[in-house]
Amino acid sequence: MLFDTFIAPFADFAFMRRALAGMFALAVGAPPIGVFLMLRRMSLIGDAMAHAILPGAAVGFLLAGLSLFAMAGGGLAAGFLIAIGAGLISRSTPLKEDASLAAFFLISLAFGVTIVSLKGNNIDLMHFLFGSVLAIDRAALLLILGITSVSLIVLALIWRPLVLECVDPGFLRTVSRAGGPAHVAFLGLVVLNLVGGFQALGTLLAVGIMMLPAITSRFWARDVTGMMAVAVIGAAISGYAGLLLSYHANLPSGPAIILVAGFIYLLSIAVGPFGGLIWLALPRRHLEA
Amino acid sequence: MPELRFRNLTLGYERHPAVHHLDGAVKNGALLAVIGPNGAGKTTLFRGIVGTLRPLAGSIECRRMDIRDIAFLPQVPDIDRSFPISVYDMVAMGLWRARGSFGGIGGKDRQAIAAAVAAVGLTGFEGRAIGTLSGGQMQRMLFARLLVQDARVIVLDEPFTAIDAKTSADLLELVRRWHSEGRIVLAALHDIDLVKAVFPETLLLAREPVAWGPTQEVLTSENLNKARRMCEAFDESAEACAVAAE
Repeated sequence: MLFDTFIAPFADFAFMRRALAGMFALAVGAPPIGVFLMLRRMSLIGDAMAHAILPGAAVGFLLAGLSLFAMAGGGLAAGFLIAIGAGLISRSTPLKEDASLAAFFLISLAFGVTIVSLKGNNIDLMHFLFGSVLAIDRAALLLILGITSVSLIVLALIWRPLVLECVDPGFLRTVSRAGGPAHVAFLGLVVLNLVGGFQALGTLLAVGIMMLPAITSRFWARDVTGMMAVAVIGAAISGYAGLLLSYHANLPSGPAIILVAGFIYLLSIAVGPFGGLIWLALPRRHLEA
Repeated sequence: MPELRFRNLTLGYERHPAVHHLDGAVKNGALLAVIGPNGAGKTTLFRGIVGTLRPLAGSIECRRMDIRDIAFLPQVPDIDRSFPISVYDMVAMGLWRARGSFGGIGGKDRQAIAAAVAAVGLTGFEGRAIGTLSGGQMQRMLFARLLVQDARVIVLDEPFTAIDAKTSADLLELVRRWHSEGRIVLAALHDIDLVKAVFPETLLLAREPVAWGPTQEVLTSENLNKARRMCEAFDESAEACAVAAE
């Protein structure tokens, strides 16, 4: 019974195993980026960037059909272009970066949906917006693994300036010029991980596996490394449980994964040891000092 | 030999000067108070010295120095207090000059951090999140980071504002210590009595230099009145400056 429920779907079907491996790889790469986005109060920037990759992926689709590398390449190009464009506009006009990103992502979303509709049908559009984690093949899996590896290495390289830029950007400016390059590299990682997640979860939900476990981690850990560990574990559990849920209840797999991540988030708001509502409600005696 | 020299320096924002035509030199080991009314250009001058504001004209020459030789404590630090980081890690950031992005933190570094935390009276607070500190404790922590930075030039922008007398006295001891170690210390201050008691040299600013020299000679009532009058003059539709930049 337990085997049938928890193991058999993966033991019996290769597509389920590939989906699980893909979700685990995404769970290791994307949530640490999400933790930094949250700590930098850029949680919604991830959402904007996710929309921004749509027209690039759509142009790839228009030129080469449902080709993994054409769509990933197009998505990457569009994401970088918009991240850099929004940064440039915010530096040369009175607009802040979030405002220029908001403008860009709305244009991108409309443009992307229009391009997909030119060649594809509604099923293609659904694939773009919500992904198809069960269709992850060997090439897509390797792409996600590659992105996760690059992501972890670059994050290790820019760790210190990134933390400093979050907590005390003024200090970083007076001791180093690493802040700007670290910020650009970080935005690059955001785009890269969203393109990785795009295959499995589509442009609308890819940001979910990046942000929901990251936001949840704030209720379970006090320092950045602890938050990242919690976020990675939370994302892996969401991937596993979401795939099982979609298998047994015949639900679409991408939304099921994000729904599980959302459920863990809501649970954490209630019982998380750092700021969870239940601890605030429980009367506890204060300490002496 | 002066370590810091200002040559016809003009600093400002959108072509409006906030510090106009400053000439002079800060000698090695100087303990210099920079005083003047609000809006006199003290913070602007410091931003120019630490390199976060480019001169509109003239220059700042730092002999044999790069930005890492200057440690800066801003008036309102741009710190995200909700960020989950401990006092220890914040103080350790002062090691950037020596360790950069990748260098490991060794036993000597840990000793330096512990000594700095002890010197500001925060022993026992190392594991506390910065968001739980009071204003005075925060300032102590930032002084500990300055200690760890071990810089040749230390620039303090109103370091004793909004903190109690005990904390001010403790932190002032560190300023004296830096001076005795031969470092250059520049501090923007409003407390004239403190300046007279501790700082041998003073620069009185009022959007341009009013006087610069030994503190007793600078802090005359005539100079202070002059500074007050000058600071209140501001012309939104000013013509281009007629004094040629060098």
